[in-house]
Amino acid sequence: MKDFIRLRGVSKKFGDFLAVDNVDLTIERGELFSILGGSGCGKTTLLRMLAGFETPTSGTIEIDGVDVTQQPPYERHVNMMFQSYAVFPHMSVERNIGYGLRKEKTPRAEISKRVDDMLELVQLDELRSRKPDQLSGGQRQRVALARALIKRPKVLLLDEPLAALDKKLRERTQFELMNIQDELGITFVVVTHDQEEAMTLSSRIAVMDQGRFQQVGAPKEIYEFPTNRFVAEFIGTINTFKGRVAAKTDGGIKVFSTEAGITLTALGKQLVEEGQEVEIAVRPEKIFVSKEKPKNGEDACLQGVVDDLGYLGNRSLYRIRLESGKIIQVSSQNRRRSVTRFLEWEDKVWISWRPRSAQVLLD
Amino acid sequence: MWKKAIIAAPYLWLLLFFLTPFAIVLKISLADPVFGLPPYSQSASLDNFAFLFSDKLYALTYLRSVFMAACATILCLAVGFPMAYGIARSKSGTRNLLLLLIILPFWISFLLRVYAWMGLMNSYGTINTLLMWLGITDQPIQLMYTDFAVFVGLVYSYLPFMILPLYASLERMDHDLVEAAQDLGASRARAFWDVTWPLARPGVIAGCLLVFIPAIGEYVIPYLLGGPESLMIGRVLFDEFFANRDWPLASAVAVILLLLLVVPIALLQRYQAREQESAT
Amino acid sequence: MKEQSRFITSVLAFGYAFLYIPLVLVVVYSFNDSQIATVWGGFSTRWYGELLRNDQILDAAFLSLRIAVTSATIATILGTMAGLALARFRRFKGRTLFSGLITSPMVMPEVITGLSLLLLFVALQQLIGWPGQRGFGTITIAHTTFAMAYVAIIVQSRLMSMDESLEEAAMDLGGHPLRVVFDITLPLIAPAMLAGWLLAFTLSLDDLVIASFVSGPGSNTLPMYIFSKVKLGVSPDINALATLIIVFVSVGVLLAWLVTRRRN
Repeated sequence: MKDFIRLRGVSKKFGDFLAVDNVDLTIERGELFSILGGSGCGKTTLLRMLAGFETPTSGTIEIDGVDVTQQPPYERHVNMMFQSYAVFPHMSVERNIGYGLRKEKTPRAEISKRVDDMLELVQLDELRSRKPDQLSGGQRQRVALARALIKRPKVLLLDEPLAALDKKLRERTQFELMNIQDELGITFVVVTHDQEEAMTLSSRIAVMDQGRFQQVGAPKEIYEFPTNRFVAEFIGTINTFKGRVAAKTDGGIKVFSTEAGITLTALGKQLVEEGQEVEIAVRPEKIFVSKEKPKNGEDACLQGVVDDLGYLGNRSLYRIRLESGKIIQVSSQNRRRSVTRFLEWEDKVWISWRPRSAQVLLD
Repeated sequence: MWKKAIIAAPYLWLLLFFLTPFAIVLKISLADPVFGLPPYSQSASLDNFAFLFSDKLYALTYLRSVFMAACATILCLAVGFPMAYGIARSKSGTRNLLLLLIILPFWISFLLRVYAWMGLMNSYGTINTLLMWLGITDQPIQLMYTDFAVFVGLVYSYLPFMILPLYASLERMDHDLVEAAQDLGASRARAFWDVTWPLARPGVIAGCLLVFIPAIGEYVIPYLLGGPESLMIGRVLFDEFFANRDWPLASAVAVILLLLLVVPIALLQRYQAREQESAT
Repeated sequence: MKEQSRFITSVLAFGYAFLYIPLVLVVVYSFNDSQIATVWGGFSTRWYGELLRNDQILDAAFLSLRIAVTSATIATILGTMAGLALARFRRFKGRTLFSGLITSPMVMPEVITGLSLLLLFVALQQLIGWPGQRGFGTITIAHTTFAMAYVAIIVQSRLMSMDESLEEAAMDLGGHPLRVVFDITLPLIAPAMLAGWLLAFTLSLDDLVIASFVSGPGSNTLPMYIFSKVKLGVSPDINALATLIIVFVSVGVLLAWLVTRRRN
């Protein structure tokens, strides 16, 4: 079946607190799916319901066509890699990895062989007899991973897999995870608060807030075409203009914004009415800044003054103050090497962007 | 379900061997003493309680027990707090040794430790021998069989119970807070009252309750070290029961003692429950 | 670390001296040849010899040991169950009462516990004809009851500081919850259970008041024997017994400390 994991109307209440609010979701076989959100948004609760540690207050969960809503974790073909790794401190690496197979009453010879294969896959062969307190954090994580994968689960759940690692290790582990997933073809569901992690790892992302999915889509879609303010602000930085819909044309939706001082054109798949209050969103890197007025007529064009600037080596960040007092953030690559700065504080500048770069947002 | 079995076993045991006995004590406190086995009647009346309330001796003894337990608690706090503070602030290696030395007496028989003081305090004991040898006095001072001896015994036995919870609270405290207060202009004394004391308070409360509650009903220490005027309620209960064979009266004494302790015990439960919540 | 104020150091020194000098003196006097225990009459080990020839003491010690081992073991089993229930089972009916029942025996004055248990045994005797002869059985039950509380607290606190996801991981890998208790939980709380057992053992060995209440004729525990002798005053063979116990306990605690230090 294409729809490998299916959540229908899943909610979870703890007393009066609604942690997960009526969530629908389908995940396809072999996907690397991320649930992205801040703390308290409900993503961990959702993951635990997939694992079986929490039972939904309402709704159903189907995996590979089977309704597993009421199934306890030890009966599901789902395995989890915990945030703390949860490697058993009183067992060696080998015995940790083999634990799940021993519970399945697999014959000893087979366990031995499969453990060997796993040790090779995660490159822990030389450390097989060590105890967890003799391993580094990264090594313990690989034990946790091997321990979960050896059971050939249908779904692997990962709770903040990269959170405890330093930057270099994080990058390496990111790619290792993607390779393993590709090689074994297991469906991964990752929960994280780190947008970079989600963007790099996933085939699709669900952005979650207050128990609900705000948007579900491929990383590029979420970044370039956010559907609401929360998603736009959560991923990367965003500039927004408040305004009213003036007209709907083939080229886009025209919105008059007092903050901008002019009518802006933007794309939007949502249904809007004339006169409706919306927001226009533009990413900082999509905006051009120059001292002369740009020639292209189609582009949005605004005048402003450099309020602040920062040099980051590969790019420069500017904060431009418009006539209305609003501050716009612009990010531009330092393509040309020069000793002097391109812009100085209080310089008068023009900022512009193509209509296609602007997105309509509903709240 | 097996979960229920795990809860049930200790629960049932405690209901039977801890809670039910209290109900029986209550019932017997309402009975009258008779000759024979068992030495109580099947009747019920408040005679025993009336007697206890009418006879001033008992009221005095209860008050004295509370007073002595309270004094012992304060003394334990006075000695124990600086000790706990000192241990909490010492270097990691020393700290373990110091803690060990606090816990060690705890594992040695309570009875024997009280006994040790008898040798120290009696007329030809070590203290008197020392004082006379130093020439401070030429007659042995009466140390044994006094209230003073009882205090010494109480503090000696219960000091570890005060130090350990105090240490636990103080150890958790971040000493940087005190230094920050001093940096902002507080004197050492002020820093102590404003920062250290409030943070140590949970430990203080626990330590005080862990000393006060059992100390009120102490039997061995007042018996071995105290005199006839250092009568405490634990001894009264014991004597009524064994010497006078008056089980109903002894039960009534126990009931009133329990009522006295209900509030402190409830406080301790609340404190412990809060400790557990904050630990999770 | 900043240097300690002089006040604190002196209180510490005083405190430790206060705790240990009496014990040291007892040890010293146990080698005193004189009958009057606090007047020095020369070095001698005769009191130790007398101790070993004293059948009453040996019987009492043996009884106390049997009671201590039995009650400690039962208390550890029941206390561990209680600790597990309190730490891992979130909500169940009667939980507040349960938690209250667990902690109360620790602070209850011994005269009250002793009296109430004796009255229970007498009432039971009337009702079902048991226990006829009070002694080993009744004392063991009494000791188990209050020792269980200590074990429960120790186990509970160890469990609460233990990462719960360890047990969840085991369940996730296919372990049925009861299986997980044996595979994961118990091995990891084993040191706490041992500490609890030792504590229960010590408390039982040391108990005087409760044993006085619930014992019967012919069942004299070691503390009861010691008490009957020291009621009459200081006694040299008790000095010897005390020294033996002090040495034994000190060596034990020191060993335990060294072992745990080496493991860390």
